[in-house]
Parts: sequence; C-alpha cells; structure tokens
Amino acid sequence: MQHGKYRFIAGFLAAPLGLYALFVVWPFVQSIYYSFTDWTGLSPDFSVVGLDNYARLWDDDVFWTSLRHSLLFALLLPVLTIGLALFFAFMINVGGRPRRGAAVSGVRGSSFYKVAYFFPQVLSIAIVALLFQFAYNPESGAINSGLRAIGLGGVQPLWLGDPDLALWCVMAVLVWSTVGFFVVLFSAGMASIPRDFYEAALLDGAGRITTFFRITLPLLRDTIQSGWVYMGILALGAESFAVVQIMTTGPGGPDYSTTVLVLYVYQSAFRDGAAAYATTIGVALLVVTLAFAAVVMRLGRRERLEY
Amino acid sequence: MGSTSGHPNGGLGRRDLIKRSAALGLVTLPATGFLSACAGGGGGAGGPKVEKGEVTKANPLGVNETAALEVVIFDGGFGQQYAIDAEKKYNAAFPEAPEVTHRATQKIQSELQPRFNGGTPPDLIDNSGAEQMDMGVLVGKKQLADLTPLLDAPSIDDPGRKVRDTLRPGIVEMGQFDGAPVWILYYAYTVYGVWYSRTALDRLDAQYPETWDEMLALCEKAKRQGIAGWTYAGKHPYYLPFSLYPFIAKIGGREVLESIDNLEPNAWKHPAVKAAFEAYYELQRKGYVLRGTPGLDHIQSQTAWTKGRALFIPNGSWVENEAAGTMPKDFDLTVSAPSGLDASDRMPFGTLWASGGEPFIVPAKARNVEGGMEQLRIMLGEESSRNFTRQVKSLTAFDGGTDGIGLTPGLRSGVAALERAGENVVNPRLQDWYVKLQKEQIGVAGLGEMMAGRLTPTEAVSRIQGFADRAAQDPSVRKYKHR
Repeated sequence: MQHGKYRFIAGFLAAPLGLYALFVVWPFVQSIYYSFTDWTGLSPDFSVVGLDNYARLWDDDVFWTSLRHSLLFALLLPVLTIGLALFFAFMINVGGRPRRGAAVSGVRGSSFYKVAYFFPQVLSIAIVALLFQFAYNPESGAINSGLRAIGLGGVQPLWLGDPDLALWCVMAVLVWSTVGFFVVLFSAGMASIPRDFYEAALLDGAGRITTFFRITLPLLRDTIQSGWVYMGILALGAESFAVVQIMTTGPGGPDYSTTVLVLYVYQSAFRDGAAAYATTIGVALLVVTLAFAAVVMRLGRRERLEY
Repeated sequence: MGSTSGHPNGGLGRRDLIKRSAALGLVTLPATGFLSACAGGGGGAGGPKVEKGEVTKANPLGVNETAALEVVIFDGGFGQQYAIDAEKKYNAAFPEAPEVTHRATQKIQSELQPRFNGGTPPDLIDNSGAEQMDMGVLVGKKQLADLTPLLDAPSIDDPGRKVRDTLRPGIVEMGQFDGAPVWILYYAYTVYGVWYSRTALDRLDAQYPETWDEMLALCEKAKRQGIAGWTYAGKHPYYLPFSLYPFIAKIGGREVLESIDNLEPNAWKHPAVKAAFEAYYELQRKGYVLRGTPGLDHIQSQTAWTKGRALFIPNGSWVENEAAGTMPKDFDLTVSAPSGLDASDRMPFGTLWASGGEPFIVPAKARNVEGGMEQLRIMLGEESSRNFTRQVKSLTAFDGGTDGIGLTPGLRSGVAALERAGENVVNPRLQDWYVKLQKEQIGVAGLGEMMAGRLTPTEAVSRIQGFADRAAQDPSVRKYKHR
C-alpha cells in the first residue's frame, strides 16, 4: 500500500506548515518589506522609499554603537555564563570529595546550592532589573552602602551613571539571573554521564581538574553548544532589552554607553514614530543573530559520539 | 547513558530542529514580529463615525446624545481621579449615552499605537508620560482632529464667553503646529523652575539667591554643613533645562531660546548659553551637586532632596504631588525663577518657564470626535478645573479657578512666581517639537555628561550644536518655527 502515502503525509504537514508560514515566515517577510517604506507606526499610510532606511542606518552612529554593544553581549555573556555554570554544575555533581558509599558526589550542601542558583530564574527579568537598579543606586544603594560599611567610603562609583561601568553592570545582572538555568541544564547532562566513567577515572588517580576536562566537558559538548546558542540569542534579544530599558540612564545611557540593538528598535518604533526605520534595525539584528547561530553551529560540528 | 545526539543516519536531528526553530522564534518575537503584526491592518477603515447630534444651546458641539465615549488617561503624577470625576459630568449631561469607557495607563504608546495604526483610536487621549506618542508625527500623518470648534464653542460656565477666552496665555499657541488648526489641548499648566524647601533655607538663615554669586555663596555655606546645593534627575538629565533654559533667556534674552527652538545654525554658540553652562558646571566642579546624582533617577533624586540632603532641584509643578509621600510636613515647598548671572542680564529676575502640560488629543479617526471635544469642554469648566487643582496641586489651562480653595505651599508659590514673572514667561518648545533631540541628545548625551563632569561646557556646547545641526538636516524630522 504505497499509493496515497504522500497525500497522507502532506495532509498531516499542511496545518503545522501553514501555521508556521503564517506566524513565523510571514512576519519576517512583512518586516523586511516595511524596512523599504516610510511607515511611521502611527498611521496606516506609507509609501515605498527604496533603500533610504538602509542608507540612514549606515550613517547612524547610534546604530553602530548599539551593534557593537550587542555583539559584545553575544560574545561575552555566553562565555561568562556558561563558564560559571559549568564550574558550579561540576562542583554540585561530581566535584565533591569522595565519600563512603558513593564514588562520585557533589560538594557538601550541593542540593541547597542547586536551589540557590536556580532561584533568580523564578523572578521575572523585570523584577531582577528593578532590584539591581536599587542596589546600584550610588547614593543609598546596597552596593555603595556596603562599601561604606567596610570603610571604603572613598570608593563610591556611580555604577549605572558611569559610562565606563554601566555596560558591565548590566552584564553582571544578566549573568546573575541566567547562570542558574544553565547550572540545572548542565547538572541534568552530567547526571546522565555513566558513573563508571568517573569511577574508572578515580581508580586511575585522576584529580578533579583532569576529570572535568577529560570526561565531563567532552561528554557535555552538545548540551553546551545548545546552551551557547540559546544564551547568545537571549543576550541579543529580550533579556538585554529588559535590563537596559529598565536599569540604565536615558535609557541606553549615559552617553549611549549601554544602547543595544533591540532597545534601538524599540525606541525608533515607539518613541520616534519611525516604525519603518525600526524594522530596518530589526533586519540588521536578524542578520547578526543568524550569523551568530551559524558560526556557533559550524564551530561545534564534529563526529557524533556514541556511548 | 542513552544517545543524546540524535541519529547517526545523518538526517536533521531532533535537537538541531529544536535549536533552529528556537533560534528563529526568539529572533522573530522581540525584534520584528510584533512590529509588523500591527501594520497588518493596512488601511483599516476603523469603526464608522457616529452621526452628529443636533446643535443646541446646551449642546453647542452637536454631540450625538446616544453615542458611546471612550477616554484614555495617562496614569502618572496626576493620577486619574480628576478625569473620572469629569466623566461623571458627561454622563449626567448625556444620560442616554452609555457610560463613558474610561481607561488609565502608563503605557500610552504601546497601547494606543496599534489602534491609531488600525484606524480605531479612542475618542479622547491624555498623551503624556515617558511613552508619549510623537505629536509631530501624529500631526504630520493627519491623525488628530482640529480642536478649533471646541475653542470657539461657548464655555460651560458662561454661554457668553468662548472656551478660547477662558484659557491661560500660550495654551492655544502651544497646541498649534505651523498654521491655524489647534491639534492639542494642554490641560495642566506647569510652572518649571528651581524648587526648594523654604524651611531648609531658613535653617541656613538664607534667602533664595537672585544672582549666581549669591547662589555659589549659599551652596558653599550649605556644603560646610554637609548639605549639597543641588541635585537633579541624573538618569533623566532633561530635567536640567527646566531651570537652565529660562536662565539662558534671562542672560541673553528670549530670542536665544527661540533661535534654539528654530534649529538655527550656531544657536547654541550664543554667549548666553556658554555663560549658563559654565555657571552650572561650576556647581559640579566645586562639589555643590549631591554626590552620586548622575546615577539617580527622578524619584531617587527627589527623595534625597525631600530628605534634606540637597537644597535645590530643577523640576516642574507636578513634583508637589509626586514627592508628597516623602515630603516632611514642615517642608514649605517653594518654586523660584532661576537666579540670574549678574546685573548685565537682559531679562529681570523672575523670568520663568511656564507652559501647558498633559496634552489632550482627539484622534481624527475617533468614532465620537464631538464627544471627545465635549468632554474637554467639561474639563475646562471652572468646577472641573478647580477639582483638578484641589486634587493634584497643579494649575489647569483654565485661567482662574484657584479662588476659594486652600492652596498648598508649592501651588501658592507657583501662582506667586507666575504673578512676579508677568510678561517674562518663556516657553521653549524643544521638548514637544523634537523629543529625541531634547531628551536623549541634549539631555542625556550633552547636559548629563557635562553635569557628571565628563564634558567641559565648551565641549558640551559643540556637541549639542552638532546634534541640533543633524536634526536640522534630517529630512525625516518635521520642522517647526516660532512665529
């Protein structure tokens, strides 16, 4: 019974493909189309203006600044977050001193740490951003008050008010709030690495560091790669928008020191009444994101590992 | 461990598929998807307009007495109760109409932009707050109704007087953009200036300084007692102009501000601008600005100020309501026109920035345009105006309505400052004509950087002039001129 097989498959595929085209592909097509118009977003009338928006983008300093910041986010945040998460996950799961009854175990209190690390994940990013905004308050915030309390009253940085520090302050918040997710993700990955590997390594006299680099890391490679892409996109998109919009001066400042592409999209569309220009920046962001994903995928390509 | 890496047969693995679709989905959502989704309607015709009612003496605008009315209010420093009260009067005037649909929000633009775009806006909007819709764009795209019929209608209190004749000076002009139609009605009347606690000055045995030398001397005196002279909304440095712009006008005459508003070449290079910048910069350099100020937002700086850690703050008359929660009872809030530079100033002490606030608009495509205007007519009546002043401690566009209500200290000082200013009220328009230039470029990247000590006044002037020149040359920015 081969005839009708394709019709059968097509019947099942039609609905999801249709939905996909309508809700995923079509908005892309629309956005790209709007980037060639002078649509304001405040009125349905617009006309096609060709490449004007792209020419404007090319000469726009703020665009290049925000592109640079977005790229910095996409490159640095995954390194920091995933590096930290790997370290934490390793310590929680296999980094402990060998104890009786279990060859491989986490450090003392590891189940508590797991919850503690994951906790920020429960809070919405908007709340996290608000909390840290208070903490960074140079006049009465927790950080500067802490500095004063330990006798460092002379060191009172402006944090978010200082163009040299603001971007790093924002990044630190993102690391704080996302690292827990990856700790849990990597813990799950480590839990499914066969115990005998670790036992064998232990019998051979391997230390913690060797175990990590020779066993854990190679076997987690796929998970890390997915996490990397996920984190990069997070850093280019929603999360960076929320923290920059809520926490920083202006927002996006001081002096454009924290503007990122998504924020610039938002401001163009919803403050300046330039929705077409916003879609143009959006298209640029799309290109950056796809390029990022492609590079990470390509770098991570290798033989499949079976065990 | 089971295989985590999909299938050895080389096809597209399950994980790859998930990764790729996740990547696509995540980009789409924040960046472009939602934007274009709202353009989808194209030329959406919107709801049909309601038919106009009969024009009578009691109903001079010809409101359809059975039509629904929808009002959207910005829920900010003034809250929404004053609007609810005025809507009750509308209900009473048109008992056959359904109850007024009222909505208060802080997200004016995100909520209303799609409705403008789809051609179904509400009938009356208080277009205010951080998410204010760009009025220049709205006017340019013919999205607003001309309010001239409202201004020519008789006032609700006195059939012999037109609404236009009951308004404070400047209100009608502010609602215009090149030409006769009036697109916007500013309902509040804001006094901008230097705000302080008279009690705090008394404690220092001081009067408000009228010249800059006196200002510096007072700041020095305060500093010795551990009090900063000034603080300001460091994260929103576009509050600085509230006292800085009239200061510039006082030094160099109001033409300086007008040429700045008109985006004339080298307008910012006028010596008066430089002198004013240098005066403010000196506050910073001599340590008279509250430490950490560049990292504070408006609420945080106001709180530091009400707690007595700084004497002066540039602000608008909404601060009395906004900071009420942290203001001590004996604060004796006072506003003053900015101190001058010296005796050679072109305008007298008292030169003040006062102008309309809370811009109300009636969309051209609203279903019930007459209803929207009628609601404004009710709000501009003496009773509603008085109610607003009593509730939120701010004046309205209606000229009067302050007799017989116990004025709060800030409001009283605002009225006194207006009286003292007389003719010398200036009204810089950058903040309603060129929002981005005023807030982000001049404010954050220019004045904010200078007051944080990271730009010298000379650098700040040339940087701001650069921003203004770029705006002047940008064909996508609609230009306006003082006439």
